[in-house]
Amino acid sequence: MSIALSELVAGQEIGRTTVEISRADLVRYAGASGDFNPIHWNERFARSVELPGVIAHGMFTMGAAVQLVTDWIGDPGAVLDYQTRFTRPVTVEDVDDAPGAVVEITGTVGALDPDNSTARIDLTVTFNGQKVLVKAQAVVRAW
Amino acid sequence: MSINTELQGRRYPATEPYQVGREKIREFALAVKATHPAHFDTTAAEKLGYSDVVAPPTFAIIVAQRADAQLINDPEARIDFSRVVHADQRFTHHRPIVAGDELLAELHVDSIRAMGDGALITTRAEITTVEGEKVATTLSSILVRGEGQ
Repeated sequence: MSIALSELVAGQEIGRTTVEISRADLVRYAGASGDFNPIHWNERFARSVELPGVIAHGMFTMGAAVQLVTDWIGDPGAVLDYQTRFTRPVTVEDVDDAPGAVVEITGTVGALDPDNSTARIDLTVTFNGQKVLVKAQAVVRAW
Repeated sequence: MSINTELQGRRYPATEPYQVGREKIREFALAVKATHPAHFDTTAAEKLGYSDVVAPPTFAIIVAQRADAQLINDPEARIDFSRVVHADQRFTHHRPIVAGDELLAELHVDSIRAMGDGALITTRAEITTVEGEKVATTLSSILVRGEGQ
């Protein structure tokens, strides 16, 4: 599957999804990434450094958000460039029967570059109704 | 003690090569809740033209943060890791990372801007194969929060 650049229009939505995050997800991400900063798994520690509680790794949220783009384009290697700014923490609650946090992701076509056969996909990523990633943009190869 | 801004412009040469393992790609893909079969299944990856399973778009952070650790753990830098928050991140892929790659990362401290007794630090990791092929450039900005920030 590949996406035809000629069929895309700026402003078009490519899809939306939600990601549920638990404390276990943060432990898993810490292990997989090697980022063991205790602010991502130790409540007592996080509060001691004046954070509202355990917060998700920014890189977890960034990494999870781009799956919308990867699945849409059909090839993980088609993501040529991906950037974001982290503006707000995602606080992940310690609860048993509900997600610790829910992040909502929407992707839209931001710009098309036919000369380079690329499209820029802009991701809107929110938590509790507020943006947690700003200028989250993925440039993908499209033909 | 405040952060040492004199490290701006410093370059930390690549250390040991990072061996990209098939299971590590699978593990990382699961950790970011990626489901694309090309991360897990060699046949699916080969169908897309890759020699082995392909890494998710943010996988290079593993290599980049190992390189960053050279600065963060440098006693000269005086960075308190517990007060570090991630401000900004960018990946530019020159080609996708696949299992079997052996990667080197050269770290460049592009800027250190003091903010009170904290600082905003931007680093760049130039990631190549051991043969010197360009693979990815990563840019990271971290905010080291000062007291009360």
